[in-house]
Amino acid sequence: MFRFLLRRLALTVPTFLALMFVTFMMIRLVPGDPIEVRRGERGISPERLAELRHEMGLDQPVWKQFLDYVWGLLHGDFGVSIITKNPILHEFFHLFPATVELSVCALLFATLVGIPAGVIAASRRGGLYDQTLMGIALTGYSMPIFWWGLILILIMSNTLGLTPVSGRVDLVKYYYPQVTGLMLIDSLISGQKGAFLDALRHLILPTIVLGTVPLAIIARMTRSSMLEVLEEDYVRTARAKGLPPYRVIGIHALRNALIPVVTVIGLSVGSLLAGAVLTETIFSWPGVGKWLIESIGRRDYPALQGGIMLISSFVIVVNLIVDLTYGLINPRIRHAR
Amino acid sequence: MKRITTLASALLVSTMLAAGGAQAKTLVYCSEGSPENFTPALNTTGTSLDAARPVFNQLVEFQRGTTNVVPGLAESYKVSPDGLVITFKLRKGVKFHSGVNGFTPTRDFNADDVLWSFNRQWKEDHPYHKISGGAFDYFNDMEMPASLKSIEKVDDYTVKMTLNAPNAPILANLAMDFGTIESAEYAKYLLDKGTPEQFDQIPVGTGPFQFVDYQKDAVIRFKAFDGYWGGKAKFDDLVYAITPDATARYAKMKAGECHVMGYPNPADLEAMGKDKSITLMKQAGLNIGYLAMNVKKPPFDKKEVRQAINMAIDRDSILKEVYQGAGQKAKNLIPPTIWSYNKAVKDYEYSPEKAKALLKKAGVKDLQSDLWWMPVQRPYNPNAKRMAEMMQADLAKVGINVKLVSYEWGEYRKRLQAGEHQMGLLGWTGDNGDPDNFFFLLGCTGAREGGQNISKWCDKKFEDKLQQAKKLSEKADRTKLYEEMQVISKEEAPIVTIAHSTVFEPVSKKVSDYKVSPLGRHDFYGVDIAE
Amino acid sequence: MPVDVTLPTQRTANPPGPLLAFWHSFRENRGAVIGLTVVSAVILIAIFASVLAPYDPLDQFRDFTRLPPIWSEGGNWNYPLGTDPLGRDMLSRLMYGSRISLFIGLSVMVVSMITGVVLGLAASWFGGIIDVIILRIMDLIMSIPSLVLAILIVAIIGPNLTNTIVAVTIVYLPRYVRLVRASALSELSKDYVTAAKVSGVGPLRLMFVTVLPNCLPPLIVQAALGVSDAILEAAGLGFLGLGAQPPAPEWGAMLADARDLITSHPWVMALPGIAILITVLAINLMGDGLRDALDPRLKRS
Repeated sequence: MFRFLLRRLALTVPTFLALMFVTFMMIRLVPGDPIEVRRGERGISPERLAELRHEMGLDQPVWKQFLDYVWGLLHGDFGVSIITKNPILHEFFHLFPATVELSVCALLFATLVGIPAGVIAASRRGGLYDQTLMGIALTGYSMPIFWWGLILILIMSNTLGLTPVSGRVDLVKYYYPQVTGLMLIDSLISGQKGAFLDALRHLILPTIVLGTVPLAIIARMTRSSMLEVLEEDYVRTARAKGLPPYRVIGIHALRNALIPVVTVIGLSVGSLLAGAVLTETIFSWPGVGKWLIESIGRRDYPALQGGIMLISSFVIVVNLIVDLTYGLINPRIRHAR
Repeated sequence: MKRITTLASALLVSTMLAAGGAQAKTLVYCSEGSPENFTPALNTTGTSLDAARPVFNQLVEFQRGTTNVVPGLAESYKVSPDGLVITFKLRKGVKFHSGVNGFTPTRDFNADDVLWSFNRQWKEDHPYHKISGGAFDYFNDMEMPASLKSIEKVDDYTVKMTLNAPNAPILANLAMDFGTIESAEYAKYLLDKGTPEQFDQIPVGTGPFQFVDYQKDAVIRFKAFDGYWGGKAKFDDLVYAITPDATARYAKMKAGECHVMGYPNPADLEAMGKDKSITLMKQAGLNIGYLAMNVKKPPFDKKEVRQAINMAIDRDSILKEVYQGAGQKAKNLIPPTIWSYNKAVKDYEYSPEKAKALLKKAGVKDLQSDLWWMPVQRPYNPNAKRMAEMMQADLAKVGINVKLVSYEWGEYRKRLQAGEHQMGLLGWTGDNGDPDNFFFLLGCTGAREGGQNISKWCDKKFEDKLQQAKKLSEKADRTKLYEEMQVISKEEAPIVTIAHSTVFEPVSKKVSDYKVSPLGRHDFYGVDIAE
Repeated sequence: MPVDVTLPTQRTANPPGPLLAFWHSFRENRGAVIGLTVVSAVILIAIFASVLAPYDPLDQFRDFTRLPPIWSEGGNWNYPLGTDPLGRDMLSRLMYGSRISLFIGLSVMVVSMITGVVLGLAASWFGGIIDVIILRIMDLIMSIPSLVLAILIVAIIGPNLTNTIVAVTIVYLPRYVRLVRASALSELSKDYVTAAKVSGVGPLRLMFVTVLPNCLPPLIVQAALGVSDAILEAAGLGFLGLGAQPPAPEWGAMLADARDLITSHPWVMALPGIAILITVLAINLMGDGLRDALDPRLKRS
């Protein structure tokens, strides 16, 4: 087991190195210049541009910049943002909790709705429930989420006035220090009346939008996994013994059916973060996805390369954990490699 | 940094709780983005400058809601007869904010602060010159290093500024945000503490509001400064609620969560006008959106072709569909609110037939051209893409086949300045209300490769008058020259003047005395709010 | 974006009496038939857009801007789905837009399928270092949030239709490669392959003629779903202004253009989204039908 773990870890090392190199190079290949872009209509004289590029070290040969960057990374230094001059790590971890909070809520929503929907559909195979639920799931899976977000804003916020359009909490009304960076928790800690509900209200639409596609995937996955398990001998035996259906489905079948579903949930972290980019942009949610998009626009090289590195590492590590737990549950995989 | 803000906010919460009894008056401004930092000299974007403005003063300032220059930290100033020396008499008894970031000032504002603030931008050996990667864009752009010979302290309350050449617009320039005076003592305090970079993140100034707390992408808080030299502000707390999406700002406005908002969607103006809880304020913007034709690229070297394009474009439709009423058709390069605007200039009328005839006369057939549009929303052009699509259709009607081109914003402007385009959309927002701040856009200095005159048009008569007007100090003499220049540029038609946008700002009915700035600033000192 | 939903199909077997059996089982699935019908309709609209559309998608009727659709008050029968702020007929633009979306979807599918097959087969055949390199590159692509990667690629090579296709292809490539590799590996261990090897069949012929056809069923399903994913991703890029350039009537870009009208004229924003949703949903319905028909395990019951 330990050797298996070591091997998997070793395999990620070249990925990390390549990631470092690729993001660094790609970002520098993007036309445009972090100094030029913030100059608006006025522009900048070539002399002044050269001066500023020199000050920022942008006039160095790219390989030298890369080595400096790697050297910094080895010391845990991700550099500072060209725009705000704040350290990248500080910026990232200031915004990351917002993305985590949104993603966790979306995943919770997707799981809590998706699994029951899948189970119901499977137990009523071919029936009206099954067809309706799976129809809805497929629609969710086909949803252009940027449009979905705008439509929800249009209906829920603009027309009905039920939910706020942007932000994480009404910081003007509720004012409390950020302890964890997770608004739901911080608002509870603060003890301010109404703050928690307000934070929750802000979360509703982004959660639905980001959770829609994973919800559809989980529901479909649960259904097909359940159908498979229901065919198994031990389930038939349980049925034949005359156990009530809820026990057969709820205990015997579901437990086994969930293994692949859990894997899917784990593996969807990457796509969830990708979805967060659009969701955060639409809802002005101050997380890392929106920050990355803005950094592309500003050609903030250090922010971009640092941000992509951190997010990708996160995805790689989560996938590794999923792989490992799957290997633990299912020894066949461990030996197959 | 994070620990500090957290600490600061924790402190504030406790003070707020302690003071819980008395009702504090709060004004919430829904702003459009996060500032880069709080030192105006480092910034160029309106968003960043707006965020720092409550904290600071300049020697001379723009009177709120106008472009008039009035005394600020300088009680008075005197220009020598040869126009080379400006002597500032500084205001006495001006206090800096106390208690921000653990700093307590031991002295009032004086000449040292003035020298410190300008030298930071000017002198490379200044201890803060390199802090925060200082680019000091405006200081350089307004050609301060070339204009200034020296800045000297005569005594604690007198500063003498010597220029290399007479420069009429310089006082207006000094009222701009880069002329902000910061605390030399606070700078030294941070330097001694070993955290000079905090200087630009946690600001200390002499302004009407003092900085409390900033959370990126969320909120900036200020509170009224008791010791403000102009008298304490009429409300207690000023909050910037950062809300990047215009639809969201409007929703907050409707819900009463903010009292003033900037940059509404043109499409929402109609509904805002009908809203009973909102006053929709407006002010002619100090800007121009134009289409430049590159005279270096045939056939745009022919005056007839340029005039024909002026006639081919249906600007009324553009005003209706792109500006959606939030703009006025532009006849001259400068907006009518700037002095020396020439009312007598005759504009080109929309007439595809005449345009066709002119093109025929110029011997131009089957013209293929590109037309560049910027990828971003600008104050003078809310939707360049839509505008370009409309122009494309208009030009097709007179037989000109246009291809639309765009690049990333920085790249876009750079390539336009290099003269790669045939036709390109751009515009300008005035900095200080001086006509020279607009007319230089068509001057010969800018027409060289990489310069700001993207039509690359260089006219001897126009240029001579431009240079002459800069050296004169009598407003009447300058007006005459500028009026003549407007006639020349209309006739030669290097650009199509499209529109001056109107700045709309929805303001809650609770707010009184708010004034929309023609400079696109958002000022809150002097404003009041009903409970 | 969506995770690989075709996991269950990776265990494959040869369906008996291929085409006819396939059609029979496909026909049984009502959703799949509906999907196929809608997809066919969209394809027909795309092909005959110039005949079907009432106007040229670029014609600007300046006197009829922002008309609502006919079911709304103030609608005009001359413009059944209303007009955009430039007075262009929405129906015509949506019809022509289907060309762009389908073109993107199909191109991405074809290119990534071909590349995926070649890389996947190479990885499984050569094994060793080549396998490792190909797999690591795919891991790398998958670890960067897809939209961020696509944006970066488009930013580097410039925003236009072709480059959108390139960017989306790169982003979706790993799925094809991994799928082909996995099924090829399982086929390679089977007896018939060993037999072919022993009888002296060359590697190219072995891989493409003997092994590949047996990997096809899951690949076909992936390809169908790949079309819809590509349409969504491209629309997302168009929404961020990085796809087809104006005045092309690309659905994502049309939606983005109308974003400022969300409160005042919502239908201009709503309609392109509905078009995307219907097309993608239909393709997915069809893809589900394909999978069920090609997957013997689910077909049995």
